[in-house]
Amino acid sequence: MPEQDSAARAANFDEVNLGFTEELALLEASRCLQCKEPRCTQGCPVCVNIPKFLGLLSQGRIADAAQSLLEDNALPGVTGRVCPQETQCEARCVRAAKGRPVGIGHLERYVADWARTHRDQLSAAKAPATGRRVAVVGSGPAGLTAAGELVQHGHGVTIYEALHKPGGVLVYGIPEFRLPKKIVAQEVERLQELGVKIECNAVVGRTWTVPELREQFDAIFIANGAGLPVFMDVPGENLKGVYSANEYLTRINLMAAYQFPHSSTPVLHGHRVAVVGGGNVAMDSARTARRLGAAEAMIVYRRTRNELPARAEEVHHAEQEGVNFEFLTAPVEVIGNDKRWVTGLKCLRMKLGTPDASGRARPEPVPGSEFVLPCDVVVVAIGTRANPLLTATCPELKLNKHSYLIADENGMTNLPGVFAGGDIVRGAATVILAMGDGKRAAGAINNYLKPAAS
Amino acid sequence: MPFCKMHSILGRQQLSPNVTRLKVRASRIATIRQPGQFVIVRLAEDAERIPLTIADADPAAGTITLVIQSVGKSTRELVALKPGDAIRDIVGPLGHATEMIASGRALCIGGGVGTAVLHPIAQSLNRRGVHVTSIIGGRSREWVIFEEELRRLGEVVVCTDDGSHGRKGFVTDAAKDVLAMGGADIVYAVGPVPMMRAVANLTRPLGVRTIVSLNPVMIDGTGMCGGCRVTVGSKTRFACVDGPEFDGHQVNFEELMDRLTIYREFEQRATACADGGCRLEAAVAGRPAQ
Repeated sequence: MPEQDSAARAANFDEVNLGFTEELALLEASRCLQCKEPRCTQGCPVCVNIPKFLGLLSQGRIADAAQSLLEDNALPGVTGRVCPQETQCEARCVRAAKGRPVGIGHLERYVADWARTHRDQLSAAKAPATGRRVAVVGSGPAGLTAAGELVQHGHGVTIYEALHKPGGVLVYGIPEFRLPKKIVAQEVERLQELGVKIECNAVVGRTWTVPELREQFDAIFIANGAGLPVFMDVPGENLKGVYSANEYLTRINLMAAYQFPHSSTPVLHGHRVAVVGGGNVAMDSARTARRLGAAEAMIVYRRTRNELPARAEEVHHAEQEGVNFEFLTAPVEVIGNDKRWVTGLKCLRMKLGTPDASGRARPEPVPGSEFVLPCDVVVVAIGTRANPLLTATCPELKLNKHSYLIADENGMTNLPGVFAGGDIVRGAATVILAMGDGKRAAGAINNYLKPAAS
Repeated sequence: MPFCKMHSILGRQQLSPNVTRLKVRASRIATIRQPGQFVIVRLAEDAERIPLTIADADPAAGTITLVIQSVGKSTRELVALKPGDAIRDIVGPLGHATEMIASGRALCIGGGVGTAVLHPIAQSLNRRGVHVTSIIGGRSREWVIFEEELRRLGEVVVCTDDGSHGRKGFVTDAAKDVLAMGGADIVYAVGPVPMMRAVANLTRPLGVRTIVSLNPVMIDGTGMCGGCRVTVGSKTRFACVDGPEFDGHQVNFEELMDRLTIYREFEQRATACADGGCRLEAAVAGRPAQ
């Protein structure tokens, strides 16, 4: 996949991957062996019929390829950019055994981008109206996917979104250089054209409650994400210059703080930015800090490179853009000056010990290894936990011990007709797993709404 | 396709030199809001999200009242709105409703624009049959707001720094007298952080429960960003979802005051930029000197 030069892109917010040309896309698609029992599709949480759309693409039948892809996946322009294909579809490609797998993610992106600019060549056929109405709580990947599926089945769909713009983590969390906001906006627009209604500035748990929605709708799909940021719980964490990754990225992505003062929301830029955590959100934060002009952006992670939860491509891009990695390092305190601005992060060196409950080696502190990493901004990217706003106003909903919603294999909660999926059920996970939940729950909701056989 | 309903401005009134009252259409919020709750408004595309307490609501008319102190570029733009204009986004009602008492005596202390936040609290107390005494303050006569409205709910003591209206001095001086005379079962204090801290320090030794309303920097108002974290009783709480009102005896006011200054230099730059110095600003945009 052609990329923007790493030095140039470390200073701008334009997309890093430039996308395939038509010639390159057809060539790559023709590498698909059209397996009789395709394993790639089994690796896809939304079960995209990969050989079918690749076959059509290799024949140059791009509109048919797009039609096929969109039937399986409501947000292909998004997943083509942010899915961890290397552990899903591409990992199972038979070509991977002897060299390089088919570049399924890049091809998905190519077809999705073509579809977005050639909407007139695609059919927008959907099932006749059923007269049934479904409320979807949250317009992130799970909610948008479910909405897309449900509207295709002929149901009326209204999405309730707490923020002023739809997209959830796709607009507040994932940076412009990885997923341009224009693409999310166009995918949302396509759903609106299909008939999905979106009500922004509607916080379920405050503006509306689940019982209120239940009275107005025949079914509900709750996909409000796992919003609350987890902090480190170390001294100095409320000093000026400490952000949760949620706040840092929301200011920059949703509120366009990188354009301040032309936009209205500010963000501290930081000369040396320490990002605590090793997931995709940590990589996004560090790469964003570089783009805001940080001379140094560091990933502070308590395990080693091998345990980094981030996608390989994100780690690779971060390194190319000059992000430094402090492995086997655990913060114990944020240090500030007399005016309470951050000046450093006091850390301990760690060593890997015996595996813990998650099967990963447990990091253990090296005695006497305390040192201070000088920095003026700290971004805490160590995860999120369940937001209790919605569930507090619907106490009948059953929660697990981490306050996430409990849903059965169809995505239904303990309340009939109330379904749930995405991070509010599984804890912080990936866009595509949330979409898989949305798709599966939409199927279950469709069955639930079918008139009983008489 | 638009995702939001525009919220039209139905009335505007200047309450003091820098405080303006706007009556805004927001029917759902008007129907369900409770005293103490707030909204977040976003004037236009690319505008900041600003938390504002709901000062009053008229469910029948579908309107809410916002009282706005103009302090920077964004609030200046808001108070410049005229009837017929509109606010792009209003989300809410956010936060918890005010902790109420069922009977007895309440002392409500307001400073500056905080007096507007106090008003719905006093209203609700009065409706429950609680005896309400209000102490409100301002720099001078023209800075005192909501005096008339609060007089309808009980006695009002006005304090001004220069003595141009009511008694000369701080609201805490008047509070000391009221607490010494009749006492109070609960105190509500809303205003500048130093005022709320002073009230909390006054009532702590007396053991009178004291509720303060905090307005830290926040973005989403749903607990997602954690920017509004405050230390209450040595625990970190999010003002947007855990508050905005807390036990004043437990709040770390020094930290709150400090965190309110994080973007001060940005705010000054934004204001300067709005005043016409933007080309230079764009050239040197970056990190403020710390």
